[in-house]
Amino acid sequence: MAQTGQLTQAPAALPGLSRVTLLRIAIVLTILVVWEATAASGLLFRDVVPSLVVIVRALWNLLFEPDFYWHLGVTAGEVGTALLIGGLAGLAVGIALGANRFLSQAFEHFLYYLGPTPKIIFFPVMIMWFGVGSGSKVAMGTISCFFPIALSVAAGMRQIDQVLIRVGRSFRANTWQMVTKVYLPAMRAPIINGVRLGLGVAIIGTLLAETKLSNRGVGFLIINSYSTFNMPRMYSLLIVVFVLAIGANAVVSRLGNLEAIKTR
Amino acid sequence: MTAAAITRTRAFPTLVGVLALVAAIALIEVLIRLGAINRFIVPLPSQIALSFERVIVEEGIPERFWLTLREAFWATMLLTVFGVGIGVLLHRIKTLRLATETWVAAFASAPTVLMYPLFLVIFGRSANTIIMMGFVAGLAPVILKTVEGLAGTRRVLIDVGRSFKLTPWQLYWKILFPAALPSIFVGIKLGMIFALINIVGVEFLINFGGLGQLINELAERYDLAGTYAAICFVVLVSVLFFMFTERVERWLRPVN
Repeated sequence: MAQTGQLTQAPAALPGLSRVTLLRIAIVLTILVVWEATAASGLLFRDVVPSLVVIVRALWNLLFEPDFYWHLGVTAGEVGTALLIGGLAGLAVGIALGANRFLSQAFEHFLYYLGPTPKIIFFPVMIMWFGVGSGSKVAMGTISCFFPIALSVAAGMRQIDQVLIRVGRSFRANTWQMVTKVYLPAMRAPIINGVRLGLGVAIIGTLLAETKLSNRGVGFLIINSYSTFNMPRMYSLLIVVFVLAIGANAVVSRLGNLEAIKTR
Repeated sequence: MTAAAITRTRAFPTLVGVLALVAAIALIEVLIRLGAINRFIVPLPSQIALSFERVIVEEGIPERFWLTLREAFWATMLLTVFGVGIGVLLHRIKTLRLATETWVAAFASAPTVLMYPLFLVIFGRSANTIIMMGFVAGLAPVILKTVEGLAGTRRVLIDVGRSFKLTPWQLYWKILFPAALPSIFVGIKLGMIFALINIVGVEFLINFGGLGQLINELAERYDLAGTYAAICFVVLVSVLFFMFTERVERWLRPVN
């Protein structure tokens, strides 16, 4: 599952316009033309497939709306807090499971099987525990990102070169020193990969929770545009969320690649 | 068997894990009874266990289960047909693959489930929305794994086919496709898991359909023990489902 979300780098295009680049442009243009033609023909409901001009105008309005940035800030804060709590908890649990064979055999399969269950179903419980405000959204993001990070770190721990661990032990490093001087530096790649996966699901968990029950955040804006049947606005919100989520994923995985090059 | 011998067996850590879980549940029960945890926020585990039967009998679990299963089935069918089809297409036309594989990978990392309000508008509040959501969520891994499997066919196998003067069609059916099958199955399995997560999630969010809706409904009724029991039930079902797909995958994997 880890590989599927990874952005693979396409081979660099030749100078000038290569066939690949031309094809890309052709595909994008075809999609845009088909979309516009569908919008103009009225074959589908006009409001479901609005004209591109209308969507671009809605996007433009959205990007110049101060309120939108406030909502975006709320969501970013929630996702960030969730990633911090879930990430640290995942790191601690991952290190404990990876370092100790017995703990891993006793508890890791719980995490392994709980990992891919739909987390959003815990939302009613999270509302009862943490209230209807930001707390329950942070909690949703936290339980979403905890699992991939913990599993990725646990797997990473087991791949650390045994020599490094023995060197640490022979210097009589205590647990804290082992973690900060040996485990963490040796596990940069799996940690970054875990954070990348965790960030993706934290965004999903937080935003879904916002669409279900809230009065702020980007998820709320999306479901609000659904309730008011403002389709151009919904499209522009989805475009912004997708660009931000894919961008964040690409940035984190680029970080991982840089680390991999450095260690080589 | 002596105590030392028991601790050395493979089952011992698993046993400790299960016992720890039971102990944790018992601890919660005690803490609630002592009043350390508010029983209007966390119901007694014994109450949850008792409400299992009630939820199963009164809330039509079998029908809901079948509905969710049917949705997952149709989503998987769509995934297999379109995912493998697009994968084969991308493999056949190299330029197309170079042009779009990055896009597919980016799509895999996009929060597609957030499109559910859009799907609600297009397909209405119906099983179709849920099936399409599952399909969209699971499509990217099936495409990527199909391309990966086809592209990873050993050169020597293809050369053997060429030396037998197989037509491109025969080459596909007799060599490339069988060689890629394990990878394609991994893709379909991943796609199915993504689809199931999203199907249950969207059922919960739009309050329609099977198991996901059950949780929403019980929560809205403020039936605490029932909500917790339904969540446990859904988690249990998904865990069994993953175990099952893993078993099937291991069974299908060729022996090296």
